[in-house]
Amino acid sequence: MQNQAQSNSVSVQEIKPLDKVLQQIAEHKGCGTSSGGAKASCGSSSGQGDMAPEVWEKVKNHPCYSEEAHHHYARMHVAVAPACNIQCNYCNRKYDCANESRPGVVSEKLTPEQASRKVLAVASTIPQMTVLGIAGPGDPLANPAKTFKTFELIYKAAPDIKLCLSTNGLALPDHIEAIKSFNVDHVTITINMVDPEVGQHIYPWIFWNHKRITGIEASRILTERQMQGLEMLTEAGILCKVNSVMIPGINDHHLVEVNRAVKSRGAFLHNIMPLISAPEHGTVFGLSGQRGPSAQELKALQDSCEGEMNMMRHCRQCRADAVGLLGEDRSSEFSTEKVMEMDIQYDAEGRAAYQEKVEQERLATAAAKEAELANLVEEFSDLKILVAVATKGHGRINEHFGHAQEFQIYELSTEGSKFVGHRRVDLYCQGGYGEEDTLPTVIRAINDCVAVFVAKIGGCPKDELRAAGIDPVDKYAHEFIEQSAVRYFKEYLGKVKSGEVVHLARGDADLRQGAYIAA
Amino acid sequence: MAYKIISSQCTACSACEPECPNVAIREQDGTFVINEKKCSECIGHFDDPQCVAVCPVENTCVIDTQYPRYLDLAAA
Ligand code: SF4
Ligand code: SF4
Repeated sequence: MQNQAQSNSVSVQEIKPLDKVLQQIAEHKGCGTSSGGAKASCGSSSGQGDMAPEVWEKVKNHPCYSEEAHHHYARMHVAVAPACNIQCNYCNRKYDCANESRPGVVSEKLTPEQASRKVLAVASTIPQMTVLGIAGPGDPLANPAKTFKTFELIYKAAPDIKLCLSTNGLALPDHIEAIKSFNVDHVTITINMVDPEVGQHIYPWIFWNHKRITGIEASRILTERQMQGLEMLTEAGILCKVNSVMIPGINDHHLVEVNRAVKSRGAFLHNIMPLISAPEHGTVFGLSGQRGPSAQELKALQDSCEGEMNMMRHCRQCRADAVGLLGEDRSSEFSTEKVMEMDIQYDAEGRAAYQEKVEQERLATAAAKEAELANLVEEFSDLKILVAVATKGHGRINEHFGHAQEFQIYELSTEGSKFVGHRRVDLYCQGGYGEEDTLPTVIRAINDCVAVFVAKIGGCPKDELRAAGIDPVDKYAHEFIEQSAVRYFKEYLGKVKSGEVVHLARGDADLRQGAYIAA
Repeated sequence: MAYKIISSQCTACSACEPECPNVAIREQDGTFVINEKKCSECIGHFDDPQCVAVCPVENTCVIDTQYPRYLDLAAA
């Protein structure tokens, strides 16, 4: 199978310099054709996929980059550097950056010393925490002193924590050496255009060489610097992911071109995120009524880029930065006050042991999926369905329908299951009481799904889901997600064949607009 | 001879602080303030006042009319 072929073609003895490897990934077109029913799905969404072993080694535990790891590991963000050097129409600087952080929730601003203490405190308590990111609000590289001081402190105290950085790229070419020297191995650049004509509708101005530059010129400089920065990172052997915000009518079609441009310069992942826009955010787009994409529009664009390179679909626009794993936000335990008083024992060994255990768990999940996939080999059908899953992590269906703050969406076909995204929903059930009005919101958010897998669900929501044509499934409670999904799909196919179910195309779904407010 | 920051508008993003050639800007009670004695309106350093050029909120770094313009002083 594909995994096999890939790992054989790059033997362990001849470790290639990373830029070659990156080049190779960049040149690799799509996922090839399926050989039999059990094709591994593309890119990062299911294990190693078509990544080179060296790159896979670097990203496999990264909850931002490896969808599989996303179930088991966590990352955190610290805000040390709120200054920014460009203005984006989807951002209102009175709030956090809409791109890399949670809009509407202003992050606590920390000094580098406070930030590193906080990171160590969290890492000592939550061994799954393997990644520290410095991202929004603002641009970390518009504040290089604070950003790199924080990295330095953490790098010295806890070298096992991966450091990552998100930037708009304007200042990136000036900081490649520093990024290398603190062993930062993941950089994310937000690239929304490669054509200044498009850019002028996204970026009103940049601050560059002591001047405010507006109009097309601003975007011309920005795109030049972004491309240069990306090339320099690739050359330096630093993994680089590209984020793009999909803005319907402005850059939606253009993002295919962006995808090509970043792929050819060595970006290993491209993450296309929906614009989140509402008047109450006070952003230019929010006020002008610029809408975000629907779930179908987003997926169609992601699909059209997928043949070109690894796409990332599990980005929850930084829900992953909540302290703790999926859903359980523990930030209140780690307020600056509490952290400064804490007696922190950084337990590197304990963390390693825990992560070893997680590794086992992950292998078990993958094995269960493989085993189930074998049962699908005989099946041939063009049918594709989406299912929504309520999960707290660990790759299992282990969340109550009413407690789910988000659903994971899987696409099922005879080729297996493929993770295709997240849907955030308002808390449907607070304190055990279902709230009448929120159920329709939840249904709209997963309206394109045939079924929803939950650990538990009440009678009323069950009936309403059925009425909306969504099958509420609780019989796989606490089982592995993908194994159950494949099993469900096989059953579904059987029922369609026997005429017990009539397969109807589902409608579109809402992407939740508005801020995710941490509890 | 100085710019000032309208504190009700300031998001405390700190972008202006490192840009000031005269180190006239610092944080005070949750927003940023300009020391009018140090501010030279960037004259002699840059074409544009740096705090104005970098500030993400329009009309937040503004000329403080309490003081005569720096240029007028220089001419006098
Ligand atoms: S105008 Fe120039 S000198 Fe005055 S505070 Fe702003 S940046 Fe500093
Ligand atoms: S740049 Fe503007 S908003 Fe930011 S701290 Fe300075 S005055 Fe305040």
